[in-house]
Amino acid sequence: MEARPEGLAKATAFLQTGHHNKNNELARKYLPAGTGLLGEQVGFSYDLLINALIAGILLGGFYAAVTLGVSISFGILDIVNIAHPAFIILGSYIAYIVNIRLGIDPIVISVLMLPVFYVLGAGVYQVYYESFERRGQESLRGLSFFFGLLFITEVILILVFGVDYRYVEAWYIGPTWRFGGMDFPLRMLVPCVAALALFGALQLFLSYTFIGRAISAVAQDQQALRLMAVDPIRIKRIAFAISIATTSVAGALLIIIQPVEPSVGREYIGRVFAICVLGGLGSLPGTVIGAMLLGIIESFTSTFYGPSWAPAVAFGVLLLTLAFRPAGLLGR
Amino acid sequence: MPLLEVTGLSKRFGGFVALDGIDLAVQEGERVGLIGPNGSGKSTLVNCICGTLTNETGTVRFNGETVDGLVTHERTHRGMARSFQLPRPFATLTVAENLRVPLLYTVNARPGHKLSAAELDTRCAELLALVALADKGAQLPRDLTQVEMRKLELARAMAAEPKLLIADESMAGLSQSEVDDIVTLLIRLNERGITIIMIEHIMRAVMKFSQRLVVLVSGKKIADGKPDTVIRDPEVEKAYLGQ
Amino acid sequence: MRTRVFVLISIAVAAAVFFAARLVNNDYVFFAGYTVLQFIVLATAWNILGGYTGYVNFGSAAFFALGAYSTVFFHKFYQMPIPVLIVIGGVISGIVGLGMGYLTLRLRGAFFAIATLALAVVLQTFIVNWDYVGGSRGAYIIRPNEIAWIGPYIQYLFLLMLALVVISLAVARGIERSQLGYGFATIRDDELAAEASGVPTLRLKLIATTISGALMGMAGAPFPYYIGYLQPSSAFGLEYAVNSIAMPMIGGTTSWVGPLIGAILLGTLQQIATVTISSAVNLLIVGLLLVGFVIIAPNGIVGLVQGWMRGRAK
Repeated sequence: MEARPEGLAKATAFLQTGHHNKNNELARKYLPAGTGLLGEQVGFSYDLLINALIAGILLGGFYAAVTLGVSISFGILDIVNIAHPAFIILGSYIAYIVNIRLGIDPIVISVLMLPVFYVLGAGVYQVYYESFERRGQESLRGLSFFFGLLFITEVILILVFGVDYRYVEAWYIGPTWRFGGMDFPLRMLVPCVAALALFGALQLFLSYTFIGRAISAVAQDQQALRLMAVDPIRIKRIAFAISIATTSVAGALLIIIQPVEPSVGREYIGRVFAICVLGGLGSLPGTVIGAMLLGIIESFTSTFYGPSWAPAVAFGVLLLTLAFRPAGLLGR
Repeated sequence: MPLLEVTGLSKRFGGFVALDGIDLAVQEGERVGLIGPNGSGKSTLVNCICGTLTNETGTVRFNGETVDGLVTHERTHRGMARSFQLPRPFATLTVAENLRVPLLYTVNARPGHKLSAAELDTRCAELLALVALADKGAQLPRDLTQVEMRKLELARAMAAEPKLLIADESMAGLSQSEVDDIVTLLIRLNERGITIIMIEHIMRAVMKFSQRLVVLVSGKKIADGKPDTVIRDPEVEKAYLGQ
Repeated sequence: MRTRVFVLISIAVAAAVFFAARLVNNDYVFFAGYTVLQFIVLATAWNILGGYTGYVNFGSAAFFALGAYSTVFFHKFYQMPIPVLIVIGGVISGIVGLGMGYLTLRLRGAFFAIATLALAVVLQTFIVNWDYVGGSRGAYIIRPNEIAWIGPYIQYLFLLMLALVVISLAVARGIERSQLGYGFATIRDDELAAEASGVPTLRLKLIATTISGALMGMAGAPFPYYIGYLQPSSAFGLEYAVNSIAMPMIGGTTSWVGPLIGAILLGTLQQIATVTISSAVNLLIVGLLLVGFVIIAPNGIVGLVQGWMRGRAK
């Protein structure tokens, strides 16, 4: 495969260099003049710090949206779905096509697509269950299966869309709210709010609906579920389908925050599992906190050390956490 | 000095206390029976003794030395062996090869005479004969019946030539005569010098086998003494037998 | 068959392959063949950890690239003969494998797999930011046109890779038939029961990770000479990760024969597809085959053949 920029690092570098070229549409939209990496003001070090923090928190919110699905599939169901980012990228591209053709807001598109992704998730789980879980061969074969899916999705997207960066249009991509020295770029604020809404919805669902509580229970005691005449397999399928449904929304949020191309998914694997492990598996609030933490660390690294180090942050955090505190910061 | 000495052992899973301050001393050559309702912590206790799980508090001393920091295989090398409640055979190895593993990795890992290839074969055959699986040596575990898998499980634990053998519910699902066979086998092993802790639900076997009976309920030890006395203990009756 | 005999036979086969290739007298055979041989080594190396012990490594590219970049690094110091660079690459990758294993092998297999992915990205980020070895701009290695006694330089590289194939197959087969092989199998089948039977699982897993990493590093060491211009995106390319997994899974993971078959079949297929269709489509085919085999024939081609033979014996 020919060389092409790697994910967020290059995208942001691209944005930075684009920033210097005032004729660049993209730069003008994503980076108002006089701003740095994520929209914050450059040149005042205290402001730089504050804005890096804000950028980190907003980014963290988005990361939470990306990870909530894995929190369910890995944290609760113990399925290592490393193809999760592939579904997210799929969501991004779907948002892109519909947005470009019909001009509909990407978040609206993603919500409309929720049922489609849900069905997709249910289908994938069924294949996974029949082929691996039932035969008790989850680890090696299951991982290879998801890895294959990740790979296939990426290659198909390359074949269909090519390796150019794609982006969406929406009224909130571009403007920045400013409150006394603090910058809130709307293209980051809106996804963060949407992510928190998603989190809220999921948390309510898991805590207050019968199926939601069954999902929390299925991790612990399948036998008890059976005794309550609930089919654990059905519950797991629903849970997995929900986890894939979240990728529809996460994908739309992704392409709002940054331009997307097929290999972008791969850097999110590390982020997603780093956050899961940091936050303690299976805990949705833990996931949000872990996501914020990672977002802040990444934002600071990017601002003070340069964007090309950003991918190493998530994966480095993951390695360190796995090595020294595998139960997570809020671990059980 | 007891062969196995467990003092103040506690184990928690999150907020759930699985074991609460267990004290247990097993003398060399004893036959101890461990009983208790489902979920009382028997298997957890075995796991902590063998190192599969790490206990939060308490000590485990084996053969005069503290084994607390040691990993499971190190404890096996020192002479502890256990069978699993749900049989866990090595699925891609033949029945005979299953027995070869502890011989290679435990018996041959100890100082002293290393078994040659021929001696390994003989030993495997002997063990298979001991549990009446002599003609199944070349088969895969998935071709065995449940009962045969339990026997394989026991044979694999015996292959490690332990000083202490913990048999975790090895008789579930066996017929009366098969239960008797296993009990006789275990008593014979004991006569050869192996200390045995038997965890069982089949009271007939437990009473026939045990010189001492320990009762675990909800993570606490509520009785420890001669089988006849323990059986008649009102606490035991209430918690376990009188249901 | 004793290992000594096996090695002699493999050397003979390798020599036959080499001379047959020379007869064709087309350099393309050597260029394409080098890639296939490289994949045999990578697949075999992956299988020592993944197939034998059941611990999946998604970061094969990291070890491969380590070998490649250690060559670039030392090349700048002092021109060394490639065999020396191969050893150095192997040592460095082996040490990194050991280190990473030590950090992560006490966890479940799933965490190890994710950690290997993380390692690949972290390593790539470091290399991209390290100007001494070229960083993102890449590094040039001028390769000589000819070499004494053999002729075109590519034939020399081909010969070296053949030697690595023989070494890796001998190592894999040797492990399989040894006590170590039993130990690895028990880890794969049931790690808890293995520990209870006295198998020192952590030590064995570390051995597997080290050997696997070292072999991959050795495969990567000549790569800069082969390709002439080394960029992180090519050294860390996804095709290495996918192929090192797909080839053993499709060929069969329980024996040394599986990765060999898988690498030859898939490698050749990919060479043809890349030339006739496109490199992206060929990777798509690999991915589809991987998923297909994993679902339908989990024991790979070797498993299918064994099943067929067992069926005939009945």
